[in-house]
Amino acid sequence: MAIVTAPTKACAVNPLKMSQPIGGAFAFMGLRGAMPLLHGSQGCTSFGLTLFVRHFKEAVPLQTTAMSEVATVLGGYENLEQAILNIYNRTKPKIIGICSTGVTETNGDDVDAYLTLIRCKHPQLAKLPLVYVSTPDFKGAFQDGWGKAVARIVEVLVEEPGANGLPDPLKVNVLPGCHLTPGDIDELRVILEDFGLCPSFLPDVAGSLDGHIPDEFTPTTIGGIGVDEIESMGRAGWTIAIGAQMQRAAEVMQVKTGVPFRIFERLCGLCPNDEFMTFLSEISGRPIPLKYRRQRGQLADAMLDAHFHIGGRKVAIGAEPDLLFDVSGMLHDMGAQVTAAVTTTQSEVIERIKAKEVLIGDLEDLEGLAKTHHCDLLITHSHGRQAAARLKLPFYRTGFPMFDRLGAGHQLSVGYRGTRNLIFEIANLVIAHREENDQPTPDRWRTAAGLPRCSGYRSSTGAAGRSVA
Amino acid sequence: MSSLAATVQNIFDEPGCAKNGSKSEAERKNGCTKQLLPGSAAGGCAFDGAKVALQPFTDVAHLVHGPIACEGNSWDNRGAASSGSNLWRTSFTTDLSETDIVFGGEKRLCKAIKEIIDKCDPPAIFVYQTCIPAMIGDDVNAVCKAASQRFAKPVIPINSPGFVGSKNLGNKLAGEALLDHVIGTQEPDYTTPYDINLIGEYNLSGELWQVKPLLDELGIRILSCISGDGKYHEVASSHRARAAMLVCSKSMINVARKMEQRYGIPFFEGSFYGIQDSSESLRQLARLLVERGAPADLLGRTEAVIAREEAWVRAAIGPYKPRFEGKRALLITGGVKSWSIVAALQEAGLELVGTSVKKSTRNDKERIKELMGRDAYMIEDMTPREMYKMLKDAKADIMLSGGKSQFVALKAAMPWLDINQERCHAYMGYVGMVKLVEEIDKSLSSPMWEQLRRPAPWEALAKAMEQMPSPVAAIACDPALAETARRARKICVCNAVDLGTIEDAIYAHGLSSVAAVREHTNAVGGCCRRRIEGILVSDPSVMRQAAE
Repeated sequence: MAIVTAPTKACAVNPLKMSQPIGGAFAFMGLRGAMPLLHGSQGCTSFGLTLFVRHFKEAVPLQTTAMSEVATVLGGYENLEQAILNIYNRTKPKIIGICSTGVTETNGDDVDAYLTLIRCKHPQLAKLPLVYVSTPDFKGAFQDGWGKAVARIVEVLVEEPGANGLPDPLKVNVLPGCHLTPGDIDELRVILEDFGLCPSFLPDVAGSLDGHIPDEFTPTTIGGIGVDEIESMGRAGWTIAIGAQMQRAAEVMQVKTGVPFRIFERLCGLCPNDEFMTFLSEISGRPIPLKYRRQRGQLADAMLDAHFHIGGRKVAIGAEPDLLFDVSGMLHDMGAQVTAAVTTTQSEVIERIKAKEVLIGDLEDLEGLAKTHHCDLLITHSHGRQAAARLKLPFYRTGFPMFDRLGAGHQLSVGYRGTRNLIFEIANLVIAHREENDQPTPDRWRTAAGLPRCSGYRSSTGAAGRSVA
Repeated sequence: MSSLAATVQNIFDEPGCAKNGSKSEAERKNGCTKQLLPGSAAGGCAFDGAKVALQPFTDVAHLVHGPIACEGNSWDNRGAASSGSNLWRTSFTTDLSETDIVFGGEKRLCKAIKEIIDKCDPPAIFVYQTCIPAMIGDDVNAVCKAASQRFAKPVIPINSPGFVGSKNLGNKLAGEALLDHVIGTQEPDYTTPYDINLIGEYNLSGELWQVKPLLDELGIRILSCISGDGKYHEVASSHRARAAMLVCSKSMINVARKMEQRYGIPFFEGSFYGIQDSSESLRQLARLLVERGAPADLLGRTEAVIAREEAWVRAAIGPYKPRFEGKRALLITGGVKSWSIVAALQEAGLELVGTSVKKSTRNDKERIKELMGRDAYMIEDMTPREMYKMLKDAKADIMLSGGKSQFVALKAAMPWLDINQERCHAYMGYVGMVKLVEEIDKSLSSPMWEQLRRPAPWEALAKAMEQMPSPVAAIACDPALAETARRARKICVCNAVDLGTIEDAIYAHGLSSVAAVREHTNAVGGCCRRRIEGILVSDPSVMRQAAE
């Protein structure tokens, strides 16, 4: 059981956290023909937009109700109405996803009521789904916004069973957390299809933000799950939720449609994937395909090869709760010590993280902990680059945003194959860092005791420490 | 808030701005930015503008008073470069929670200021106001005033909450904050007759350092750059400069004009983008300094430097001319750059098919007509869809624009170059123009484009095959053929046992292990063990189903 500590500082330094509304908007980006709309000042949208564009290196649809000072005082009804009509007329979306922001939550805009009114006044919108989710900036974090938005989409769009044909046991709903990349989602799709299952991903950012080149210019999202497919999710045999953040959405689905669910909190590592494969085999009634038997062997071999380098490492990780739980769990299973763990928001998984203490804090906290505890591997999103440079640590980028490297959308960590890749990447980083910085010299061998020590020695003490414990 | 409203009104009345001066009284009241249209607006808010304008001050702690969105979603996202302190890249925010919004955030702000002073002891702290504390009535001016006194340290309020307007307005509000609280509060260590201010230059990608050596050579000292690679002490004592240059944009025209009014520092609008502009700017600087009492030999020395640099840059660009022959460029940018870069591109032999004039003044447009001829294609406002079409129809060979339209060009598989603030190459000065031409050449001549524009060769094949039945399907439809195929595929090579025999045995006796298969057939199960396992776990083959 990790002790969870909340911050006492008045000033967050080098934030780890991103805001809730853009997490919500991100969920809508996994829907086909969607236009996410932030109900707030235009800066709220502009900052989020820039962040997504820099992360994915893709055109990203995101609009604003452009609340001015006066509109904020008078209430945002007119801005919301105008924004919806403008988007409807200009971009012909299949769905508009609306997220509130700090501004419109503070002035108390009743968006649900506004939407009813707008629908009354503009009958042409009757067939256009409008999904609203309340996501104030001053509460929660990115993953909360994502989770809430998906739960709302299920609540508003999924139809009760029977409305859309007979149940289909081979149809499976997958509710991925926001820590999965488009690459992860594509990997899961292949795995499920190899079991003969027919998965529907909600949201499906792999369809929209995987970098494919559309034939035509589209102002809305260029792919993702369609509204009709969401409507028919009630016919599925199972719902698979990935990450604790998706629990609510899975529960809403069950209450509404009766589809049972199972949550997989982790999909990185050997044991979590064994469990996942077993489950897929059970629900599909098929044996594990040969391909995955081989991949499991490859992962086992990767673990054997990499434990020399990852074992005993003192790792500092900063990430959103579900990603932190997943990656820190995998590293712990490889023999690393999760020495510093910082996260952004409350979640029921964080006290089960395999670390002494988990701090809800910022990158200054992570940097400080990494320094005092002599950590020798730093894992967080791109904003950790300054800390990594100051501490001279090998730095693995994961999570959102990752703006200073290419291929953020295709970083893989799920499945046997994804875990294998991740293990290789981290181990190679450690090896390269040692080659560049820790070449042994004759005059250093004794004095090096106080410095970060070479990994062979450390991994043996690490093993001893664990066996005593 | 009334004082903020007054400041905003004051900014909109800008005699230094040609566009503003030509407006009627009523128009001027409406402000110089277009009313934002909900649902089709793009661009940052006033807070964004203020932060962008001031953040390049390198040794100042920039504290954002607001919820996580304002700073958490936006920090460390600009490529300004520093020659000294890196404090500006550290992000500070009060990260307001729900409780703060109920009880007010002033105490938290004051505590945050103290924490920063204890930790970093910067020469000054800039406190940025955002929408939510403005709504709930947090008085940042008062908190900053109190904190300045209590901690004996300049704590400067930047009152520019996002919802008061656009990014451009935020630039100007940031300028007002400097005028009100910073400029003229300290004295420079020493002065020279060659001291200048650069206003509105942000040293993106360190591009100022491509011009600074020329100024150094002439003995011209940058007393203060607002704000690229700037330091607090420099801007606080910038009122002692002899002349100022308003660089490239009109974002801080209010600072230049008011410094002229208050401290008698003459300024001119200039740019270091393009060859003629660089030369003209150097000339103007020298002229203003000499007018203010610098020795007159500066003029001659400046001409000599200009002549040398121009000769060098022409020689460097010359070789590209034949390579650029017949190539057409589309330029989507704003203001001064809409013509200053045109000149440079023409110098290199590129043909310009259009330039945007969205943010340009009448003066700018005259210059474009002069350069591109009467029928210059001036684009007022172009939607992404139109841009895409223009590129897709190959009306242009390359597009130069800001990062926002990047993917419009790239997804049309057309060369594109970033010439706005997020770029990673420095295009300023003579050296910068050569760099720009180099980059354009690299982009235009890349062998990648041709490969990308060609459809995959199997597209045609795939179409043709749709008409033909596939070989697998043919087998599945013809039991005799399927049976032959099944019998022809050897599984155990040693004893020549085929797939059909093994499958039949498995089916007939319900076998589930390799050992059982070995009992019922001739298969050895040694080197073919894996293959037999594969058959055991997989479904009966298509061929077997067909053969049944």
